[in-house]
Amino acid sequence: MKRVDARGLTCPLPVIEAKKALRKMDEGQLEVVVDNIISLQNLEKMAEQTGLSYSTETGDDGYVIRIFAKTKKSRSSPLPALGKTVVVISSELMGGGDPDLGAILMKAFLFALSEQDQDPDKILLYNSGVKLAVEGSDSLADLQKMEKRGTEILSCGVCLDFYQLTEKVKVGRISNMYELVQSQTDAGRIIRL
Amino acid sequence: MEREIVFCKGGGCTAKLGPAVLEKVLEKLPKTKDPNFLVGFDHSDDGAVYKLTDELALVQTLDFFPPMVEDPYIFGKIAAANALSDVYAMGGEVKTALNIVCFPEEMDLNILGQMLLGGQEKVAEAGGVLAGGHSLADQDVKYGLSVTGIVHPDRIITNVGAEPGDVLILTKPLGVGIVTTAELVGESSPEALFLAIESMQTLNKYAADIIKKYSPTACTDVTGFGFLGHLHEMLQNKYSALVFSDQIPLIPEALTYAEDFLISGAGQRNRNYLQERVDFKSKVSFGMEELLFDPQTSGGLLASLKAEDASQALGELQKLSLPVGIVGVILEQEEKEIIVE
Repeated sequence: MKRVDARGLTCPLPVIEAKKALRKMDEGQLEVVVDNIISLQNLEKMAEQTGLSYSTETGDDGYVIRIFAKTKKSRSSPLPALGKTVVVISSELMGGGDPDLGAILMKAFLFALSEQDQDPDKILLYNSGVKLAVEGSDSLADLQKMEKRGTEILSCGVCLDFYQLTEKVKVGRISNMYELVQSQTDAGRIIRL
Repeated sequence: MEREIVFCKGGGCTAKLGPAVLEKVLEKLPKTKDPNFLVGFDHSDDGAVYKLTDELALVQTLDFFPPMVEDPYIFGKIAAANALSDVYAMGGEVKTALNIVCFPEEMDLNILGQMLLGGQEKVAEAGGVLAGGHSLADQDVKYGLSVTGIVHPDRIITNVGAEPGDVLILTKPLGVGIVTTAELVGESSPEALFLAIESMQTLNKYAADIIKKYSPTACTDVTGFGFLGHLHEMLQNKYSALVFSDQIPLIPEALTYAEDFLISGAGQRNRNYLQERVDFKSKVSFGMEELLFDPQTSGGLLASLKAEDASQALGELQKLSLPVGIVGVILEQEEKEIIVE
């Protein structure tokens, strides 16, 4: 069990401290102590809104809320990842049907990917997939968001060269076939589009 | 341990005493009887109005609070705009103002100078005279004004008088409390802070000048008790109101900050006081609920107008610089006092 003593802190600091602690926890209980009922109520709202169960208690030294942390893994996938998660994208379109639909689906896929609890470790871009990482791409913001949080984004250099887009890459870095192959052989899980 | 000297610790109208506490104390005070005392705190109104002659009444109000922004000059402007606002909410015009200041002796006096300069500029913009003031050495900074204005006794606009069918107009965006709270912990964007500051330092004079032309049935300014708190006062336990959440002018980022729980204690106090009276329909998000409870520093005017005047008034208000909206309608009394859809 972890404990955050938020007595003496005014809102929104107790909630911010509790959120920080929860982010670092996989499971178990977080106990937060506050010195006023308003802070307690703001913590209750946070737990309710994020779907975490909790119990509260009035102690001698303040109000105590125990929040039950959920594991991120149990929420997103029953299988624990055994190594790195690598997403391989070899086209700017998703699926083989209508190209307009394919473009919409790809945009939606990358957006949804960027909204997951767990970011992939790497995203590899091949063939026309590299167009997703260059100037004017609808998915640039989503890729940049994931890169900022630590996802490595690698674009195939030969492919960029072929499409004459080498100068226009806006996210991640340019890579070569050796590294792209290595990334896949080292991966614990590959998501291939 | 030496105390750290900090200008901004989080203040503005989030520092106000909660409505529940205040009501308990005020109802125990003996009421002053004087036929010339036209408006007082029996309706929790914005300012006090005292009739001098049949053509002239005094409007008096006082407001001061701790800084909610780091820049003392901007804080001075905001504190003054906030204090002056009560006169506009009553339909009056500003004549004189007195500074009220608390300031730590060990703090740089230039900060005090900047703060008072900001305040002075706003009083001048309001067409008033800054006539003096009173200052105290204190642990923390607090600043505001005591303001005297005038109004014709027949043209006083109180916060009661709205009737079923009247339409509600709000003249500034909600969310300044949440944005300044987010800023305090380093989480607000420059765009959100800019709009919040613009909104807080804008005098309600310009919106009041427009609203007055349309004979409003009631008017108040939205401050510490939040939008719903001030709407509740307007309804006098006699009527209900339907609020259109998608028409509420707001600082867009404030919704996100609220969803991230960057919320003040004062907002929760407002929620505790009001939640039994409010019916939030399911499409209203948690962030929007928080915005509606959010204490506003130097918030906009909330006015009720006859329905036929509303869209023309809105058109004129939209020509001013801030987001505005037709945010609701007064209903006959229903089971819940305020319905937010």
